[in-house]
Amino acid sequence: MSERTKQEVLLQADGLTRRFGGLVANQDISVTLARGMIHVLLGPNGAGKSTCINMLSGDLPPSEGRIHFMGQDITRLSAAQRSQVGIGRSYQRTNIFPQFSVLENVRLAAQSRRQQPWRIFSKAMEAAWALEKARACIEEAGLGRRVDWVSGVLSHGEQRQLEIAMVLATDAQVLLLDEPLAGMGSEESASMVEVLKRLRRTRGILLVEHDMDAVFAVADMITVMVNGQLLECGPPAQIKASVAVQQAYLGTEDSFHV
Amino acid sequence: MNAHASLLPKLIAVAIIACVPLSGESFYIEIVGKVLVMAIFAMSLDLLVGFTGLVSFGHAAYFGIAAYAVALLSPQYDAASLWVVLPAAVALSALAAFVIGLFVLRTKGIYFIMVTLAFAQMAYFIFHDTPLGGGSDGMYLNNKPSAAIFGWEPFELTNEVHLFYFILAMMVLVYLFLARLLQSPFGRVLVGIKSNEHRMQSLGYFTFRYKLGAFTLAGALGGLAGFLYAVLFGFVTPELLSWHESGNVLLMVILGGMGNLAGAVAGAFAFEAMREIFADITKYWQLLMGSVIVAVVLFLPGGLAGVPGRIKRALQGGRPNE
Repeated sequence: MSERTKQEVLLQADGLTRRFGGLVANQDISVTLARGMIHVLLGPNGAGKSTCINMLSGDLPPSEGRIHFMGQDITRLSAAQRSQVGIGRSYQRTNIFPQFSVLENVRLAAQSRRQQPWRIFSKAMEAAWALEKARACIEEAGLGRRVDWVSGVLSHGEQRQLEIAMVLATDAQVLLLDEPLAGMGSEESASMVEVLKRLRRTRGILLVEHDMDAVFAVADMITVMVNGQLLECGPPAQIKASVAVQQAYLGTEDSFHV
Repeated sequence: MNAHASLLPKLIAVAIIACVPLSGESFYIEIVGKVLVMAIFAMSLDLLVGFTGLVSFGHAAYFGIAAYAVALLSPQYDAASLWVVLPAAVALSALAAFVIGLFVLRTKGIYFIMVTLAFAQMAYFIFHDTPLGGGSDGMYLNNKPSAAIFGWEPFELTNEVHLFYFILAMMVLVYLFLARLLQSPFGRVLVGIKSNEHRMQSLGYFTFRYKLGAFTLAGALGGLAGFLYAVLFGFVTPELLSWHESGNVLLMVILGGMGNLAGAVAGAFAFEAMREIFADITKYWQLLMGSVIVAVVLFLPGGLAGVPGRIKRALQGGRPNE
């Protein structure tokens, strides 16, 4: 994996700190994400992982620190602006438009790349480029057999795949995925891992995840957070071997199964 | 619901309404004309409440501003040109909605409801308490606008039948315009914002712009309704901008079923019909009206627009709540 780490850096966050009143949710967190890599953010509940991903996606402004995307300082950009430069995210709780079809969910995501609000007399469903793109992204996320389903009736795992398809339709170079495997059965989880590996080839993926087996199956880099601080960052082998990580997060040795 | 399947009942409804002037009764022509005006007003509000998820409690402001604009822009002893005064009145309402929208759209939920109300009250007091609007008695529109184009007059708004068909045509146009708008990329974004604005932002949509566009458009169409109201009745009062009117139009939308244009039209008809019928029965008509609205909210969550679907499912023996 060492050749991967030398690849193009997409997202670089330096010294991110976020305070909520007197509480320091994130203190001096630095994360680097390169193309072709899956970088996993690991840590117990309350470690500050969601705060961190929210700062990267623009949902939460950092108190201190800077974020660069492909060399451009994006610290002050809003969530919508970051989406426009190429950062897409999915949420911990499934966040789709349940009354829309799968196709319409992804088509709406694709439409965000060519916003022409003044064109109020053209039909949205007749924009061929958006439909084609939506179908391609649905296929890429492994949801091809559900194109015309109403998204609200999909299984939990399929809805998570739909979220990925929506992010892909925004041409995101960086995918910020908040627990994409949460609540999935082992079969769904395994197929999602395959999807993630496939997506990694051309993009950078930052993953917040609890599922240990999945983490070590896909991670190229792991950052461990505890109490809002960065504990350790390195390739999976280094994290596995780290005494500090085992004590702080993985607990006793017998709960640490890979 | 399939758009084509529901087209026939709509055409029949328009055809029946178009027959009203055949009765020759001025009373019915005027009252149905008023209902059509309120239908335009209700559809304009439904764009915000039912499709974008913005519950405006001050929509009467845009209705009243355009209504006053006609009265103020018309010369005292002469008729104004329809082709000048109509666009001007609508543009003034749109401008007011645009400026007010810049402020109110920064708020959400209950705060949005309150600030839209606050701005509408400000507009109310401008016409009620300043020399501009003629006080609580309002103003008369002495001459209805003339539709003449270089001396040729295709129709006369002073003729009650011509005016009726003009209003009916406007209502149909507004319906078709909004139905088309909602199929456009712009309309799909509005529906997405109603469903989950935060998600739309994270997909890269600058949702404020879309909401401002919708708010301005709704103000303009509400202004069109206000213009027609002023022309129909020939006078305007500050009560047109009062919060009662904002509440009434909201009730029409709820009664008809939010997020359904035909429902908004049906809601306007039902509301005005109930007002007439109950006011005939008792002077406590608002008590009866209130009871009906409570009943609709409790037992018909989809409003009147949901009724055809319910009947269909009942006939097919399906489950009622699906």
